[in-house]
Formats: sequence, C-alpha cells, structure tokens
Amino acid sequence: MLSALLLQSGYNAALVAIGAALLGFAAGMVGTFVNLRRRALVSDAMAHATLPGIGLGFLAMVALGGEGRALPGLLAGAALTAALGLWAVQALTRTRLTEDAAIAAVLSTFYGAGIVILTVIQTLGAGKPAGLETVLLGSTAGMLEMDAITLAIGGALVLAVLAVLRRALVMTAFDPGHAAMMGIRTRAMDTALMLLTLAVVLLGLRVVGLILIVALLVIPAAAARLWSDRAGVVAMIAGGIGAAAGHIGAALSATVPDLPTGPVIVLLCFAAFALSLILSPKRGLLRRLGHAG
Amino acid sequence: MLADFWGAEFVLLTLPPLVIATLAALTCALPGNFLILRRQAMLGDAMSHVVLPGIVAAYLLTGSAATPVMLAGAMAAAALSALMIEGIRRLAGTDAGVAMGITFTTLFAAGVLLLEQSGASSVHLDVEHALYGNLEGVIWFDATGWASLLDPVALAGLPPEVGGLALVLAIVAAAMWLVWRPLVISTFDEGFARTAGIPVTLLSAGLVGLTALAAVAAFSAVGSILTIAMLICPPATARLMTDSLPAQVRLSLVFAASSAILGTLVAGYLPPLIGLPGTVSASGMIAVVSGGSLALAALFGRHRRPRSA
Amino acid sequence: MVEPIPLTAEPALAIRDLRVSYGANPVLDGVTASLARGAMTAIIGPNGAGKSTLLKAALGLIPSLGGTALAFGKPVGQALPPIAYVPQRAAVDWDFPARALDVVLMGMYRRTGLLGRIGKAETTAAMECLSRLGMADFATRQIGALSGGQQQRVFLARALAQGAELYLLDEPFAGVDAATEAAIVTLLKSLRDEGRSIVAVHHDLSTVSAYFDRVLLLNRRTIAEGPVATTFRQEAVARTYGNQIATAIPA
Repeated sequence: MLSALLLQSGYNAALVAIGAALLGFAAGMVGTFVNLRRRALVSDAMAHATLPGIGLGFLAMVALGGEGRALPGLLAGAALTAALGLWAVQALTRTRLTEDAAIAAVLSTFYGAGIVILTVIQTLGAGKPAGLETVLLGSTAGMLEMDAITLAIGGALVLAVLAVLRRALVMTAFDPGHAAMMGIRTRAMDTALMLLTLAVVLLGLRVVGLILIVALLVIPAAAARLWSDRAGVVAMIAGGIGAAAGHIGAALSATVPDLPTGPVIVLLCFAAFALSLILSPKRGLLRRLGHAG
Repeated sequence: MLADFWGAEFVLLTLPPLVIATLAALTCALPGNFLILRRQAMLGDAMSHVVLPGIVAAYLLTGSAATPVMLAGAMAAAALSALMIEGIRRLAGTDAGVAMGITFTTLFAAGVLLLEQSGASSVHLDVEHALYGNLEGVIWFDATGWASLLDPVALAGLPPEVGGLALVLAIVAAAMWLVWRPLVISTFDEGFARTAGIPVTLLSAGLVGLTALAAVAAFSAVGSILTIAMLICPPATARLMTDSLPAQVRLSLVFAASSAILGTLVAGYLPPLIGLPGTVSASGMIAVVSGGSLALAALFGRHRRPRSA
Repeated sequence: MVEPIPLTAEPALAIRDLRVSYGANPVLDGVTASLARGAMTAIIGPNGAGKSTLLKAALGLIPSLGGTALAFGKPVGQALPPIAYVPQRAAVDWDFPARALDVVLMGMYRRTGLLGRIGKAETTAAMECLSRLGMADFATRQIGALSGGQQQRVFLARALAQGAELYLLDEPFAGVDAATEAAIVTLLKSLRDEGRSIVAVHHDLSTVSAYFDRVLLLNRRTIAEGPVATTFRQEAVARTYGNQIATAIPA
C-alpha cells in the first residue's frame, strides 16, 4: 500500500494516481468559486444530468458502428445533457418554484432517464457496455495511460482558464452589482464558472463518478475556507486538499480489493474537512475550547 | 394479447411492483408538499442519500434484514445527517447548500464503502439496489390469478414490502392529518407561529422525521436517488396547478399515483411493443414520467408564474 | 458657507423625464433634474419618494419605463468608468474570504484588468484610500469582522479607488457611528474640493445645511433643485413632505 502511495506499484497505477491528483487539484480550485457563488447544489444536479447523455452517447456510437465506449462520444453526450439539465433548472426557477425544488426535480428526473437508458443498453447487449455503470461511483480499475493523460491535459486547461478569470470570478461572487459597474460581464462569468464545473465533472466521471463528484468540488473548498480569509489562498489550499485526496484515494483503491475509488476519495476529503474544523486557527474547535477554558 | 396482458402473469409479476411503487410515491408526496413550500427540497435529497448507510450499518450491527431494523437504522442516519448539516453550518459557517453537499456525499460514500467491504452486498443488499431500486425483483409467488386477491392464503404470501409500505403510508398520512393546521401556519409564517405558541422546532424536526420515514419506505422500491423524484416532482407539479394548499396536496397524490402506475407499465410493456428485448428500469421510468409531468405543468400550469413582488 | 458653484457646460448628472414603476405603482413619475458638477448635492424626500430608485434607475441598475440620464453629457452606460456608486448597505456575503484591502483593490479592476498583477503600486494606492477614511489599521481584517460603520467606510474606499469623477451614494450615513459619519463627510468635502461631484440620498434634515451645497427635493417628481441657502426652505420642504414639516428649517 505504501508502495502505491509512493508510485512504485507499476506504471499504470502511478499514472492514474497522478491523474487523480490533478483532477483533485482542479476540482478544489473550481469548487472554491462554486461555493463562493453558491452553486454547490446546482453543480450536483448538473453532475447527475450527465448520466442520460453518457447512455445516449454510447447508443449513438454503437449505431455508428463503433464499440460504444470511446471516451469522446460519451463525454459529448454527457456535456449535452448536463447543459440541458442546467437550462432546465434555470427554466424551472422562472416559475413559482424555488431553486432548491428545481434542482431536486431536475437531478432526479435526469438521473432516472439515465438509468432507463442504461437498462436499454443492457437489454440490447450491443457494443461493450460492461463497466459503463462505473461512471456512477467511479473506478480507476482498468484506467489506461490515455485516461491519465486526458486528466492531466483537461486539468491543466481548467487551471489555465481559472488563472485568467480568477479576479473577475471573485468580484462577481462577492458583489455582482459592483462587478458589473466595473465592466465585468457577470452573466458571462457565471456561464464560464458553470463550464469549468462541467469540465471537472466530465474529467471526474471515471475517477469519482457522477453521484459523488460534487463532494470533490465542495468539500476541499469548505475545508480550505477554514484556513484563510483570502480567496486566492483558499483556492490554493482547496486545490492541495483535493489533490491529496485524489492521489491517496486512487492509490488506495488500486491496492485494496473492493475499495471503490469515488467513495474513498470523498471520505478522505471529509477527513480533511473534519481536521480543518478541529485545527483551524480562527474557527477551530481546539481554539474555541481554549477560549472557553 | 389483451387477455394475456390482464392474465395471471400480470397479477404475479406486474401488480406487486405497481402497488409498491404507488404506495411509495403516495408516501413521499405527502411530506414533499411541505418540503417545497419550506425551501427544503434538498433536505429530501439529503435524507434519501443517508438512508443507505443507515440500512447497511443496521444490518451489520444486528445481522438482521428485518424491516423494523432497517427502519431504525435509516431513522438514526437521518437524525445524524440533520445534526451534521446543522453542526457544519454553525461550526464552519458554510451556507446550507454546502453543509448538505458535504453531509450527504460523505454519508453516502460511507454507505457504499461499508456495503462493498463488509460482504453485506452478497447477502441482502447491493450497490445496484441502492442506485436503481429493485421494483422488478418483487414477485407475488403465491398468486395464481386475479382470484388470489380474495384468497386469504395467497394474500398472506404477498411480498412483505406491500404491508410495510401500506403501514408507513398510514402513519405518514395520520401524522400529517394530526399536525396539519400548525404545520401550515408555521410553514407560512414561522415567526407568527412561534408567538402563537406553536412548537415550531418540534414540527420541523417532525417533518424531517416523516421525510426520512418516507425515504426509507421508498428506498427499497426505487433506490436512493430516485426517491428524490417521488418526494419533489409530484408536489412541485401540483404547486404549478393550484393556489390552494389542500388542492395542492390532493393533486400531488394524483400525480404521484399516476406517475408510479404509468412509469411501471411503460417500463414493462413499451419496450416489447417497440421491438426491444426485455424491459427497462421501472424506477427510472417513474422518475422520468414524474419529471415529464412537471415539465408540462411548467409550460402550461395555470399557476406556473410567480406572483410579482 | 460655500460659494455658489458656477454651472459648467455639462452637469455631472442630467436626468430627463425618468419614469419607473414597481408593478402598477409609479415610483418616479417623470423626474427631471440637473445636478451640478463639483458640488455636493443631497437628494431629500419622504419615504417612498423614490430617492434610492432615482440613483439606481439613473445608473441603469433597474429598468426604467422611459427617460434618460446623462453623466457629463454622455449616456450613463458609456460614462460608467468615472462613476462610483455606493449602495445603502452592500448586499454581499459578509463571510466572503476577502480582507478590507482586497475589497478596495476590487475598485481598481479597470486598471488591473484580467491578467494584470496587483503590485506594490496598486497595494499602496489601495492603502491610501483606506487611510483617507481612517481605516488603514484594519486593512487585513476580514470584511465581516468589521463593524457596520467600518464596512461602510471600506465600501467608500472601494469607490474612492475607482478614481471616479461622480460619486452616487445611497444614504451613506444610515446606521453608522459618529466617527464614521465624520470621516465620510470629511472625505466627501475633500473630494468636492478636488473638483469631483457628489450626489447623496440623505435622510437627516438637520445636517443638510452643514454637509451639502445643493439639494434636490424629490417626491416622485422634482419639487425643487438648487443651492441649499435658497432652495432648502420651509415652504419647499413642506411641499415635498406633504406638510409634516420640520420646524428647524428656515422659513
């Protein structure tokens, strides 16, 4: 197990662990802005809404004569229905329903549609559907060099965009009215944030799975917030926590049998959050107890 | 063909999931009406996720998969999650959305991990069950045809879920009927309710409890995530159709039952009609139907627009 | 008292026939006003007279049914860079990970832009803005850890950092302590003395003469506009407030 952490248990396992660390870093950074803009639950709905798209992408590729599991097709489908889900949330909030109800309704309906399509694929027996359901909870088993490289490039792109937009994103989250007066196109910034989130969700499908990916966005960012009062520093710490959780989680699940990757990474994130809650210099329980005593 | 459709096979294979799905949908829709009015829809989301670790932990602790044991486990997990959400909100100062996101993903992850690691998966539960539900797996082995509905021996062999769900539905309905007026008042204006001497905190804890109970009941039928559809979609649909709360609750029950029935039938009978081999997930189809009715209501509902402030 | 301000060619803010309704109720019923350059103008009127609405509609922050607003002769949308707006109480997440200094730096976004680094020069300039409001010692405090008056001063420092020519303030003295009120008045007067224009919604009739050069009396439409000495009179105020008048005002 130690050898897995130290990247000595084989080339593939090492690559996957590095890929997961990059994913975690990007997710923690993006998640900081998601939390600040209060989009945590919308992101969850978007993640669940990728499922029907993955199924449709698979069916489309089988219909075109492929074997169905090629990543680009699955990702294109996922992005399409995730965007549709996001649009549906926005459309529903224009009725008298509140945002939380819209999110819950879209999340469950799209997920249900995805489950229906997955069962259609199973009954058809076409293509090579085995393992398609790993997008639900993630699995690094069978990940290849190609997947790790995709994670690395995707993560780097997300970080690059974030580096350019960070100031505008912070200002939009803090005070949208003022940001608009300063010439920032706040709606474009919100769209950009959702696209970045979507990118993290898509990258995270293989590793963490769509049901739990929101945790990798939200939890490291919430933990990091306990350590600093500066948005930029919070984002860096969140990235660090996400990277550590991704790396250790992927390595653990590669060595211990029956250890699903997504849940392990999520629990590691939560451990970091719990530790932060105890040790944080400002809000930490230790400090509070110290004050009380 | 039609005779076939309504024959013994229907009673044996289709009727049980149909009844179970309907009971589960009705049970969820009742508290769901208040969740959407109190802007607590995501609490339903959280509850439906934490049912899983509760059930698994209860099974591992007692070795029993009996309904009361599962129920107790799930209620304990629901209580724990409510405490966690509130604790994270207060201690870490996060907003409610983040606190819920942290809580339900962590507990759900713990549930999946327990399930995979403990070997409970081979016995009575498995991860797929949690993700898809298990409607199709319910069969009334003792039934021979429609006559079995009147046959005490066959009825005694009804799948145990039917009786359990009917009981939970009765409990939820009775509880809602009992606290209807104070619940309505405190949902509309909590401050006023407090000054009027209504135990607001107790009521809101009670609503969480009823939601958890409904989520447990629905879990075995449709799985964790689709429970949210049953909690939220029918009441949300009804909310877009009427301005009266009693009418909203009644309509939500109609939409819940019709989504359950239509979803189950479409999942079972449509695929063969359009030339697909086998059937598709009934629980998924129920969610799609309930979401579809919500979409229609959002487009055409008489009361879809918000009152302008 | 202050010398009468000579009206330059273009007023700081020229509002013509501005109309705004909330639902069926008209809030601004065709307001026309010309607010002088290089002066401190108070907008005075009873509750519901549309004072805050006038600022927001002029800035285009809320939709108007008709009318125009020109800043320095240009439509406000095009003139935005030289305008700074400070809302009554900023509707922000007070738990946001931003220090007082970070908030002020946000006022320099036009200068730093997307990629520009925030260097020593920017930080020094931001610190100077905080100093002018007596807030230099609180620069590294998280924004929510400040008192209401201190927060108001930080947001004013952010407006200052924008380097605006026209400052629109919505009740800058509402709910702040005496120290903050004094700091804000001093700052506004020194800005005025630098030739900048200030327009503030104001509630306290007893301080109008001490703080401001000019007044705009508003009650859904313009009642009167002009120098405090000649316009802020019992008769006009009575018309504005519908006779529930303050006796402290000169007849």
